[in-house]
Amino acid sequence: MSRLLFFTQEAFRALRRNGAPSMAAVVTTIVTVILLGVLIPIFQTTQAKSNEVRDSLEFRVAIYDDATRGEINHLQERLLAIPHVESATLITKAQALNELKQDLGKKKSGELLTQLHSNPLPANFRVKADDASNLEAVRAAVTPPGPNGKPKPISPIVQEVFDRQEDSRKIEQVTSALKIVLTVITALLIVASLMLVGNTIRLSIYTRRREVEVMRLVGATRWFIRWPFMIEGMVVGFFGGLVAILILWLGKLTIVDPLSNSIGFLAAQNDTTLSFPALVAILFAAAVLVSAVGSGVTLRRFLRV
Amino acid sequence: MALRKRKNRKTSDEPQPPRRRKGGAPIIEMRDVTKVYPGGHMALDRVSLAIDRGEFVFLVGPTGCGKSTLIKMLIRELKATEGSVKIAGRDIGAMPEKKIPQLRRNIGTVFQDFKLLPDRTVYDNVAYALQVLGAHRGEIRRQVPQILRLVGLSTKLHSYPDELSGGEQQRVSVARAFVNHPPLLLADEPSGNLDPVTSIGVMQLLYRINKTGTTVVVVTHDREMVDSMRRRVIELYEGRVVRDEISGGYTEESTSELGLRMRAEMGVAPEGQTNGHTSESLF
Repeated sequence: MSRLLFFTQEAFRALRRNGAPSMAAVVTTIVTVILLGVLIPIFQTTQAKSNEVRDSLEFRVAIYDDATRGEINHLQERLLAIPHVESATLITKAQALNELKQDLGKKKSGELLTQLHSNPLPANFRVKADDASNLEAVRAAVTPPGPNGKPKPISPIVQEVFDRQEDSRKIEQVTSALKIVLTVITALLIVASLMLVGNTIRLSIYTRRREVEVMRLVGATRWFIRWPFMIEGMVVGFFGGLVAILILWLGKLTIVDPLSNSIGFLAAQNDTTLSFPALVAILFAAAVLVSAVGSGVTLRRFLRV
Repeated sequence: MALRKRKNRKTSDEPQPPRRRKGGAPIIEMRDVTKVYPGGHMALDRVSLAIDRGEFVFLVGPTGCGKSTLIKMLIRELKATEGSVKIAGRDIGAMPEKKIPQLRRNIGTVFQDFKLLPDRTVYDNVAYALQVLGAHRGEIRRQVPQILRLVGLSTKLHSYPDELSGGEQQRVSVARAFVNHPPLLLADEPSGNLDPVTSIGVMQLLYRINKTGTTVVVVTHDREMVDSMRRRVIELYEGRVVRDEISGGYTEESTSELGLRMRAEMGVAPEGQTNGHTSESLF
């Protein structure tokens, strides 16, 4: 117990007497932790987003304008009877137009609609499969191959089966490319920041190598020399992590939270990714641990007898 | 540890050649020790010597003759290429690294460049040697002021090394080396950076330490100093022992007698006229 007290006193003495290197170490930790604190959620969000795209796969069955109410109801029943179909929702012509308006935004659709004198969009069924992997099978069931080998829809009122799968594929390709790029960037930044922290520690120990040498010559054991350095590292990590997390928290409060109400991409972060407290805890523990272990390991070079 | 034995051996009247005494191994025993540095430079060439407990020995020779190498070998900062180095009968070449701190705690070492910890006060520097041993606070509070009084630095407890003169720093270094009363004290050029008056002060201090039974080995190239101290002298030249002899007499003189005689012989002004506190405070 008195040993621990002694080592802690030693650590704080060193911090006091080596103000500039200690400050550099704290600042480096702050920068690194902030970097990680920003990158990890972004990385996770892209991951979550592409999953979401994959999950929302659906296709549309367009209906001729002259279909009767009865034919439409009949088609809906048949669609729902197909295995793995979760839902088949009717989108009327008016609703389809509304969808388009929403997609385009008010201004553009206003322009567009003044140029269009009638609604060109067909009514359609939005068919959702219970699982993304079953989508292909469901789609095939809607247009089974006819006697001549060409696909023939299950009902004469089906004008066309179209889907956003092409789009989804593209989205997926883009996101997976994005994911790779982000993974590489994140990995590089993590390596760079670890090296930065390591280098700072090395520098601050290097300036005190003579001191370490003297300690060795007076008969201090390795751990007797090492403990104060490790506690020093922990203190640096603690304060660096604390400040960084404070900054991250402020950033979350002032930037991310207000925006996430209006932008879906950011909102996704709140439910699909690591919760903020968990992120904070991990970053904090990492900051303290890396600094402490980094100090201990770096010291090895100077502890050789 | 076996190193700690026979604290107050009586110094003999007659100068004696180095030889094994009945019933105790010499505190330092080197046998055919050769040290070749990586690169091929041979620093020591089959050196054999024995130093008994309680002796005061000078190790002299020109720069590069292997004196410092020899000292570094005694605290296992360096390992012998060939031959054996024994401290208190124990071969330290074969000592596992874990035991080295223990060895060093039993050998006080004074360095030419003092090797004080710059960010600690005089008090803390000396206390560190005790903290390393795991000494209790009470013990440290008792022993540190005591040893600093012995070296005449009671008034500078809370000064930092860079606020002290060379002589004062060297005395802190001696205090640190001796605070736990090790059976062996090595001093590598303790007066190398000091003026004659201060040097005599440091030598008196080492002599006084020797009188408590501690074996003292002093490395120096200050021939005048060696001649006036009249103790055993081992001379190295190009890695070999070329002289090992004891100049006669004066073994029973007191510390102050030694100081007076050295001042006279070295042509230094007597006490009271220059830098008087150096020696005054020692007694």
